Order: sequence, then structure tokens, then C-alpha cells
Amino acid sequence: MLTIIKPGLLTTIQDLGRYGFQRYGVIVSGAMDQFAHRMANILVGNQENTPTMEITLLGPQIEFNENSLISICGGDLTPTIDGSPVRLWRSIFIKKGSKLKFGSPRSGCRAYLAVAGGISVEAVMASGSTYLRAAIGGYHGRALKEGDKIRVGMPGSLSTKIIESLSDSLSRQPFAEMDWSIAKDLILSTPTEPSVRIIRGREFNLFTKESREILYKEHFQVTPQSDRMGYRLKGLSLELQKAEEILSEAVTFGTIQVPSDGNPIILMADRQTTGGYPKIGQVAKVDLPLVAQVKPGDFIKFTEVSLYDAQLLLIKKEKKIQQLKSGISLKFR
Amino acid sequence: MEYSLHPLGDNAVIIQLGKEINIQTQQRVQVIASYFDENHLEWMVEYIPAFTTITIIYDPVSPSLLGEKFALPYEKVCYHLDTLLPTISEGQSVESRVVEVPVCYGGEFGPDLDYVAKINNLTKDEVIHIHSTGDYIVYMIGFAPGFPYIGGMSEMIAAPRRETPRLKISARTVGIAGMQTGVYPIETPGGWQLIGRTPIELFRPDENPPSLLRAGDKIRFKPISEKEYREWEEDKRC
Repeated sequence: MLTIIKPGLLTTIQDLGRYGFQRYGVIVSGAMDQFAHRMANILVGNQENTPTMEITLLGPQIEFNENSLISICGGDLTPTIDGSPVRLWRSIFIKKGSKLKFGSPRSGCRAYLAVAGGISVEAVMASGSTYLRAAIGGYHGRALKEGDKIRVGMPGSLSTKIIESLSDSLSRQPFAEMDWSIAKDLILSTPTEPSVRIIRGREFNLFTKESREILYKEHFQVTPQSDRMGYRLKGLSLELQKAEEILSEAVTFGTIQVPSDGNPIILMADRQTTGGYPKIGQVAKVDLPLVAQVKPGDFIKFTEVSLYDAQLLLIKKEKKIQQLKSGISLKFR
Repeated sequence: MEYSLHPLGDNAVIIQLGKEINIQTQQRVQVIASYFDENHLEWMVEYIPAFTTITIIYDPVSPSLLGEKFALPYEKVCYHLDTLLPTISEGQSVESRVVEVPVCYGGEFGPDLDYVAKINNLTKDEVIHIHSTGDYIVYMIGFAPGFPYIGGMSEMIAAPRRETPRLKISARTVGIAGMQTGVYPIETPGGWQLIGRTPIELFRPDENPPSLLRAGDKIRFKPISEKEYREWEEDKRC
């Protein structure tokens, strides 16, 4: 069990999303940075889709009411255990009674806390993700509050072996860190002005020539009106050649829509299922974690990638993740 | 069946089945949707039907799309669909359900009923009569869980959106915006003119499917009194 001493700015339970119900208007939700979510689970021996805690900018204070194997991946929100800094992207064994606390954000926007055995919540429509607007999923359909007690599942056999390898070095410390972590080349850095690869959207050619050039030449600032639903960007205005009536149709994670005010919106995890604004572009899936770590006030620069290359990059990245997974299972066999 | 395929990013493909909103296109969307309901494709995550399109979300790293060289997931998905779609016959008609939606019009549930009557030079009862005798069809579900985009409302009761949207509209409120009518399944902000409320839930997270309505359904609005509304609410609690 975990006890929430302070909830932080916005701490929710998320998995890889609620799929299969978009035809009924039910949004996908799920972790904004799916790569960090998956890595956090892999490091504690969980299935990748197991619910984790998504922590936003100002993190919570959490007391561990039992010995636990955890990992924290994603943005560096300066976590400490009983006052000592702990590192990201690695397995950590934390002793019962210890307190995990997050400080001020050093880089990135969102961190994911995985616990071996998984954060245990009741699945709603086959997912543990929190859908705030409809108040379903996650922990009672809401963000975590002070005093919440979060249940943890039973660690599986891989988790148990990772715990065994760490418990020897525990001694009198409140926690023990693994002496290896996720390789640097697999982790995306989290710059405040990231270059994000995008594929042309379905209505790309309906925009003026100037707007199409602006899209790849200028920086766009992430405004404070940005959240899990979408990032509202501000920059030079993007204009259609002529007013067009576009019928609502499906949108996905990373679709870049342009409403009539000319400011693009990147649709994120809590996006609606359909949209009626022209789609100028689409963030390549492989770069979505980069966008998920951008904070309001930061700038984004878009670069063009072909659909072909975007899928190639995705396949390569996936291969590396699979190699890492089999590496870990071999190590603890 | 005539169609064209368009990528939506690197993990979705849009099947375009027509250019404008009409019943024929809606039927074609339904025929394909029901095919996918009955036939599971390994690489397909889910589909999202809309007015003139049905979008397939796929898993670009699904083992069933990898393996062979030289072709990318998108190309393979298109190849599969190009083989499959011509075999789905347009003639197959999908039976549409008729769903009755009881509505308590006016009063505290429909504060804008007066306004809708006034701008159309009708009495309130005439608005209720026209609204509840229309033939409606659900074109798609979107915007909010269980929210139906409904076609078929009479232009005699059309009304512009409010200039300033309300910050909070109660769940199950029935409204009019332009030529459209709809029901808000969950509490949201919104600019529709509110004419009544239904006691039945459109969004049912504990049921499968979680939505009262589906694309293709026919709807009949049935006027009920405030007393009947309260009785419905009572029954729900039991």
C-alpha cells in the first residue's frame, strides 16, 4: 500500500489507454509519455500495460507502507527518498516506511512511477486509465488527493528476482538502487526547444504556401491553455487558402489541427475521438514522448518526416525496446 | 463499393466512402463497421466511424504486419484493405434499431424552449410537437462519450447557438444548435439552446457497449411530463 501525503499538481493513474470504445465517443486517455510509462514497468518486471502513476511538474509525497520495488522514468522532477536524491530510469528497492518526495522540475514535465505488482485499480472498460472528465477509471475517476491509500498488486516472478538481487545491498539504507539503468541512446533527451518530426496531415495542401513554410521554419510556443487533452500553440498564424467546410472525422494522438484563429493544437492523450478542424500535420509516434515532456512556455520546432521513415523509425525503436526486455529477463532467469 | 484510403499519421488509415452527409454514405459506413464487428483482424486496434469515413486504428508494430521485407506497415494495411473492401457488398443492409428517448420539455430542464419558439414564431407546444415527431438518424458518436450527431431535425425549429456558451450543462439535457439536435451525455460546457432533459443515461460506463446509441440508430423523442420524469428517475434508483 502507498499513502499519498501530498498529491502534487496533477497525479493520476494511467496505463496504455482505453481502446475499443472510441466508436462510442469514449476517449483513449492513458499515459502521455508512453515510452517512459513502458520503461518504468519493464524495470520492475511488470507487464507494459500495468497502471503507473503519472506525475505532472510538481510531484507528490508518498509514503510506502511496505517494501517495494519501484522505478521512476520520464521527466526529471528531482525525486528523493527520505531526503537522498534517487536516479531515474533504474530499478530501486524502497524500504517500508520510507517517503518518496518530488522537488522542483529540472527537465521535462511528466514522470512515471511504477511499482512491482502494479498499482491496483479496478479496470473500467478494460483499462485502468483515469478519464477525468467522465470521472471513471484510475483511482475513483479522479486525480489523487491527500490521504488516498493506493493498493499494489502481487509482484510476479521476474519482479521477485529483481527484488532479491537488490535486497542484499539494502543494509541500513532506506533504499537500494540498481547499478545499471536504461541505456542513454534509448532515452530521448528532454530539451526545452525540441525538434519534433511530423508527417503531412490530410489537409496540408489546403493551407497557403506561406503557412506551409511557416510550419517548418518557425518556432511555436506551448501556451498555458495546454493539458492532457491538447497543447494549444502560439506562433505565426496558419491560414487556409480559402474557407473550407470539413466534416468531423477521427483524430489520433499527435494530430495537429488548426482552428480558424490560425493557432495549431496538438491533440494529446485525452483528445476527443473526432474533430472537424483541418489537419495540417501529425506528430510521428516515435516523437510523441518528446512532446509529452514539453512544458507550457517551452517552444517546439517541427521538421518534416515521410510516413515511410516515420514507420521505419518506430520499428527500429520497438526492436531496441524488445531487446532490452529480453536482456532483463535473461539477466534474472 | 467505391472508396479511397488516406493515412492519418503512422498508425491509422481513413477509408473515405463519400463526400457529403447522406443516408447512402451512412449505410456504407455501417456495412463496413458491422464487417469489422464480426471479423477480427490481428493488426487492427479499433475503428472510428464518422459521417463519410471510417478510420481504422492499427498497430504498426504488430507482428502480423512485420516479417516480410520491403513493405511498410501502412502499405500492408492498404494491401489488406484493398483485398477485403471490394468483397464487402454494398447491398448488405444493416438493420437499424429504433430507440425511444423520453424527454421532459421546457421548465427548469429546457430554459431555452421559449427562445426557440419565439425566433421561429411558434408556440412552445408547437416546438415540442415538431421536435418529437421528427425522424432522426444517428450519423456518428463523438465529441463526448455517447454523444450522438443526429440528422433529420426540421428547420422550422432551428436556432443559433448561444453567443456565450454556458459553463455547465447538466447531463442528459436535450438541445438545439443550428439545424442539429442532440443530447449531452455528461456534464459539459456548451453553447446549445436547451429545450428539455431525458431521464435515461446515454453514457453507461458499466455496460458493454457503454453507449445507449450507436451510429445508424433511429431515434424517436417522446414527450413526458415532469411527473413521469421524476418516476423514471425513481425507477433508476431502485
